[in-house]
Amino acid sequence: MTIATRSIPMDLLREVFVNAIADGPSGEFAAAASVGAEPIAAAAPVLDEPTTTIATEPEPEAEERLPSKADELLIIFESGDLERTWATLILATSAAASGMKVSIFLTFWGFFPLIKPGAKIGDNWMQKMLAVMNRPGIDHLKLSRLNFMGMGPWMMKRLAKQYRVSQPGELLEIAQAMGVKLIPCQMTMDMFGLTRDDLIEGIEEPAGAATVLGMVADRVPAIFI
Amino acid sequence: MTLQMHQVDARGLACPMPIVKTAQAIAGIGSGELLEVLATDPGSTKDFTAWSRTTGHELVEQSEDGGVFRFVLRKK
Repeated sequence: MTIATRSIPMDLLREVFVNAIADGPSGEFAAAASVGAEPIAAAAPVLDEPTTTIATEPEPEAEERLPSKADELLIIFESGDLERTWATLILATSAAASGMKVSIFLTFWGFFPLIKPGAKIGDNWMQKMLAVMNRPGIDHLKLSRLNFMGMGPWMMKRLAKQYRVSQPGELLEIAQAMGVKLIPCQMTMDMFGLTRDDLIEGIEEPAGAATVLGMVADRVPAIFI
Repeated sequence: MTLQMHQVDARGLACPMPIVKTAQAIAGIGSGELLEVLATDPGSTKDFTAWSRTTGHELVEQSEDGGVFRFVLRKK
């Protein structure tokens, strides 16, 4: 039992370090990884992978990058929380500003920020209940933690104003103006009783998981938020 | 030869607006022309270096004066 619970963070740690080395041409990462590699290897001798040889691999130059679709970005947006909506839109607008083609695939709670204010959702009481329990619209999002019945979001938005951070609503407008594609998940729409008319303007045709996987197969970097 | 220098004032704005405003401004100028960006977001130093690499617009100058960061970019 104790072995099992221990081995999980070890694997995770190792993955993080190995990924950091594989991803970044940064000396800091490589140094952190080789420092971190010793205690991990000592604690779990199963992991005899030669971390040091990975660390000494030549750093990839920007010009030598593989022709992956690094000029595209896919964000699978599932959470719909205030702070994650914010982060998603900041990433999306920054990527669009960097010349990347950005697609946001909306699924499960990810729909709620993009439902029109005042939309009457659902055909049955369960779907209607969902919309009552989770008030839709980009101005009514909840924080995933410290929500305090709306006190948290209120404070967060005040702080954002004070530090001149754009609000999610503004960022959504900018994202759409910059050509960020919002692709709704057909399955979620059906299950939640949503129609295209319930969603804000400028949303793409609905699609499914195969569309997402098709992009991943085409090596479009994907982020799940 | 003097090139016309276009400008973006992103002082006081937080991420991602300096980059967003710069992208919008650079779209409206000609290839080889220069764009000067002023920002106060300390993260912009790293962001503009990365943005220049991603987009291919050259970061020709970079300085800081009293908390104001100045970047000069040349459109590719």
